[in-house]
Amino acid sequence: MKAVRAHAPGRVTLARAAVRVTLARRLRVLAVMAALAAVTLAHGQPADPLDERLRHLEADLRCLVCQNQTLADSDAALAVDLRREIRSLAVAGRSDDDIRSFLVARYGDFVLYTPPLKPSTWLLWLGPFGLLALGAFVWAAVLRRRGAARAAGAPGPSPAAAARAQALIEAGE
Amino acid sequence: MKALRWSIPLAVFAVLLAFLAVGLTRDPREVPSPLVGKAAPAFVLAQLHDPSRTLGTADLRGQVWLLNVWASWCVSCRIEHPLLLELAKTNAVPLVGLDYKDQADAGKAWLAEHGDPYRVSVMDVDGRVGIDWGVYGVPETFVIDKQGIIRHKHIGPVTAEALAKDILPIVRELQRS
Repeated sequence: MKAVRAHAPGRVTLARAAVRVTLARRLRVLAVMAALAAVTLAHGQPADPLDERLRHLEADLRCLVCQNQTLADSDAALAVDLRREIRSLAVAGRSDDDIRSFLVARYGDFVLYTPPLKPSTWLLWLGPFGLLALGAFVWAAVLRRRGAARAAGAPGPSPAAAARAQALIEAGE
Repeated sequence: MKALRWSIPLAVFAVLLAFLAVGLTRDPREVPSPLVGKAAPAFVLAQLHDPSRTLGTADLRGQVWLLNVWASWCVSCRIEHPLLLELAKTNAVPLVGLDYKDQADAGKAWLAEHGDPYRVSVMDVDGRVGIDWGVYGVPETFVIDKQGIIRHKHIGPVTAEALAKDILPIVRELQRS
């Protein structure tokens, strides 16, 4: 019993020391992580307006290999090549439209996430408005029919039922 | 009016069903090429087996030819390869290989191992010619007519069916004209 009591304070000190060590280590790790994050952020900043422009352009172009990714997001070899190609065209002074038509000439409208309005895409662009108009038409038709039914004299409660209701109200009072 | 109540939703459902049914039969991986019907993008490239010599689209004018995009790293190229070897034996149409984003040694070793169906293979080391031709996967096969116009594009490994039903009939038709 005595031994345990004598031993106990020592153990507490040891535990405290362990806490202090881990705290110091944690702080050091945190400092390193903060430094790394600072470096990454400094590098991640868009230094160049060209980078910004290309990122914007490539975010609206489809990668043909992984078809649901944009050219900006994709790591496919073809996407890397196309980004290089796009950059060299941009550096040569070609406009965004030039670059888009360069890609459309080779891969078709499929590369565009915003497809052009033309006869084959009328349904795509105008379809939702058509559906909206159809919905509005159906809604109007239903309202009109309901209105007409009301005007024609909606069948209210029968005289017997009305009399009974009246009797109940009076009985309650 | 009663008939309209159920016939309209039924018609809408039928149309939707038809769209979905057609959609099921289509392969979204096959993107139709805008280059079919247009002049084949010109190239002059070094030959795989003799880099000091070149082959260009201009050299192939006046004949119907096939351009097959392949690479030693391409796995599905192995599927179509026996068919291409057989096609080369029949001499039906000259087959030109575009060794896409490959190293010459690897390409030559691959042909030595699997057989060489190509009249000539040319090297597209950086994939620039591939981009001009709208290549987005390997293998792809193009049919080019005597005037140098692309008439057909097959995406993915050539199958016996595609060869018999699409590619060879188009080649024969073009050779006659």
